[in-house]
Amino acid sequence: MQLILKAFYIFQKDIRQEFKTRYAINAIVLFAVVTLTAVSFSIGTFAAGDEVLAALLWIILFFSAMSGLAHIFVREEETHTSDTLKLVAPPMSIYLGKYLFNFFLLLLLEFITVPLFFAVMNFSISGVWPFLASLVLGSFGLSAGATMIAAIISKASAKGALFAVLSFPILLPVLIMGINATRIVIREESFAAISGPLQALFAYAVVVVTASLLLFDFVWNE
Amino acid sequence: MELEISAKGINKYFGEKRIFKDINFDVRNGESIAIVGHNGAGKTTLVRILCGLIRQTDGSIRYTVDGKKIERENIYPYIGLVGPYLELYEELTAQENLDFFAKMRNMTNPQARIAELMEKVGLSGREHDEVKTYSSGMRQRLKYVFALLHRPTVLVLDEPTSNLDKEGTATVYQIMQEQKKDKILILATNDEADLKYGDKQIAVNS
Ligand SMILES: Nc1ncnc2c1ncn2[C@@H]1O[C@H](COP(=O)(O)OP(=O)(O)OP(=O)(O)O)[C@@H](O)[C@H]1O
Ligand SMILES: [Mg+2]
Repeated sequence: MQLILKAFYIFQKDIRQEFKTRYAINAIVLFAVVTLTAVSFSIGTFAAGDEVLAALLWIILFFSAMSGLAHIFVREEETHTSDTLKLVAPPMSIYLGKYLFNFFLLLLLEFITVPLFFAVMNFSISGVWPFLASLVLGSFGLSAGATMIAAIISKASAKGALFAVLSFPILLPVLIMGINATRIVIREESFAAISGPLQALFAYAVVVVTASLLLFDFVWNE
Repeated sequence: MELEISAKGINKYFGEKRIFKDINFDVRNGESIAIVGHNGAGKTTLVRILCGLIRQTDGSIRYTVDGKKIERENIYPYIGLVGPYLELYEELTAQENLDFFAKMRNMTNPQARIAELMEKVGLSGREHDEVKTYSSGMRQRLKYVFALLHRPTVLVLDEPTSNLDKEGTATVYQIMQEQKKDKILILATNDEADLKYGDKQIAVNS
């Protein structure tokens, strides 16, 4: 209980900091909007199939996320506050707090990018609720994995490059299952139609969170 | 609370490079030690090992609280640390920083303590300014509020008087004097004047 409460305090602290600098949110949203614009210009002239668009949506979300989710740990390292945090916070609450922050960052990204994508690319789906479910479950998994990798690379020197390189293979399953789910909801309305990808996304998130909680101590205490 | 730190044969390597070897000492309530050595000798490294922030390569450190052995990862509540590499959150105000640390330290009613310490270090009235607007001396003073907030049994000061003016230095000496009366004070310094507050000296050199 204490742990959850402290995770929440850390989350609160990070939100407050982010609110003042808007560093991560700017990086992510700008990346998404720029990519979306570039894609719509280059593809807009010849209509891309829905299947391709489904993949494009997830690719844009994925790489936008990659441009900002590491910030949460990198910032602590670069401002020399990670020792300060270490002195006052149990490691598990740090992971959970940062995870929560990244999860909300992703939701915010999706809230802005997805409607924009639908409008600009003339993309439409039948199963809105199943689609939203796949977004939320996908975000659970993406942010869980990204948070752990962010903690690992924050101590390294080539942080940005390392984050992208390490994240890609680890987060790839989310990308693939997300694309699968979206392809199906273009025509299918029911949850049942994408129960496979949804279950897989959920299982992925559970596995990654559990593994991270067990392993975070080793990453955090050099 | 009676606390004892007992260090035996501590060595530290960064990669292949040995920083220091075979550091031994004991310290308990009512005692103070000063860690001395030239620039780059490893004072800060030893401090960070003692505070559980990094691991030694060899040797053991035993922490005993009221006769019971405490593991490395459970010593943070007993420690207050001031050091040049330990920063507070720039974008937050002093008050927001301290509120956060107090909550993380399980303090239920910290406001009186915060006000008392801000007064003591001469920062009353600046609580609601963002830390990034503080001067370096003011930051150093604020770090003392962070370190003392939870009345730590062990106060560890790395470069205790850096950036401080005469008045700030006097306040710090008063803090050191109070700490070593019945608790533990550990200093890492090159400043002759600071050294008076260490009863024992530990030399680090490679
Ligand atoms: N993370 C690190 N990786 C590699 N070497 C390090 C690291 N941290 C410190 N060192 C090296 O360890 C040695 C001791 O550094 P340390 O900061 O402990 O010295 P110090 O005694 O505190 O010096 P000063 O009086 O300047 O504060 C230095 O040679 C430094 O280069
Ligand atoms: Mg030093």
